[in-house]
Amino acid sequence: MRSDPVVVRLVDAVVVVQGFPLLSGVDLEMERGTLHVLTGANGAGKTSLLRLLGGLEGLSSGAGEVAGVDLVAGDRRLLRRRVGWLGHEGSFYEDLSVRENLVFAARALERPVSEVAPALDRVGLSHRIDTRTKLLSAGQRRRLGLAWLLVRRPELWLLDEPYASLDDAGRQFFDELLADVLAAGATVVLSAHDPLRSSALSARNRHMVGGRVVS
Amino acid sequence: MIRVAWLVAAKDLRIEARSRVLLWQVLPFGVIALLLSGLALGPTQAGHSSAAPGLFYLVTLFVTLLMINRSQALENAPGTRASVATLGLDPAGVFLGKTLALTLELWVSGLVLLAGSVLVLHTALAGTVSALPSVLVTLATLAAAGTLYGALTQGGDGPATLLPVLTLPAFAPLLIAGERSFSAALHGGALWEWWVIVVVALVAYAAVGILLYGVLEDS
Repeated sequence: MRSDPVVVRLVDAVVVVQGFPLLSGVDLEMERGTLHVLTGANGAGKTSLLRLLGGLEGLSSGAGEVAGVDLVAGDRRLLRRRVGWLGHEGSFYEDLSVRENLVFAARALERPVSEVAPALDRVGLSHRIDTRTKLLSAGQRRRLGLAWLLVRRPELWLLDEPYASLDDAGRQFFDELLADVLAAGATVVLSAHDPLRSSALSARNRHMVGGRVVS
Repeated sequence: MIRVAWLVAAKDLRIEARSRVLLWQVLPFGVIALLLSGLALGPTQAGHSSAAPGLFYLVTLFVTLLMINRSQALENAPGTRASVATLGLDPAGVFLGKTLALTLELWVSGLVLLAGSVLVLHTALAGTVSALPSVLVTLATLAAAGTLYGALTQGGDGPATLLPVLTLPAFAPLLIAGERSFSAALHGGALWEWWVIVVVALVAYAAVGILLYGVLEDS
């Protein structure tokens, strides 16, 4: 992992897709090992900001650096390898089993396949290891998404509404997992409609309105 | 690149083995289309044989379009695209892997449809067997071109329904060359000059795919 204490730095970041401004001047700085919660109404730009940080959208104007990669002149593919993305829809090939999805991710990133079983243990999905992903419940898919990230060990975790579909036990488990991830030095940015309720996590709330971070 | 290609090809083939779309949807469609083509020609055996190469490639075109859409749809399930993108896979490897998987799937379809040609369209068995190499190369070229055009029409606002329109100019020379080659194998005539067209196209599409697939994915 790199030594730069600042993982995300955006200056007047603007993202325009097909003429529509998704982000309209975002200034942001995030330090290593910190948790940031993006809040805001639907369409405020939370997912767009996550996608920019993940190298899934390009910068239209402004400047920025994420995980050591310049958003203007840097290699977005390199940036993508340094971040982990968990969308609210799921993240996998539906016809592959839980194990096959994770083995695919591990091999793609040249990580040892032996890390798959511990990751599934950690998220409580070991009993579903040979189940096809399409047969998992929404909450189990979310846990699989977390296992996918555990196998990947990204330095920046980007989680789009990760609490959706989780019951109370799932939320508590998720908070514990985030605490471990943060303690290991990773940076986490997640989107949510409301500020984080957990008292176990120290989060910096960023409220978004109209494609800007306003507080 | 080669490592990623094997990884992606194995993944696509494993998904196909699980979902059995080729086995239960595409192949029955292809066989029925071939059968109906034979019925449309009437009972004259000689007529069937002379029209067989064209009908074979017409049905192959339908099957190819279905399989291209299927191959690209695997990557475009909600959420999958973003998650897999953050794996940062080498796009040239992804292109080669998807082309390889699609080629193998089309080869299976091609073998079934060739058997169908012998049974339904009464093509000579010896001629059909001698046409096999040219058919396999033509199908590999269709797979390379199809993977390229498939990426162009999937995701974002590019409707997959555009695929037949976009691929027609690219596929037409390949289908004509394949048909001529098949006819030459059945009835005699110049075989190799048609092969050259298909092989050159295969190399060209492979090169373009390796160079540009990343751009198409990002767009």
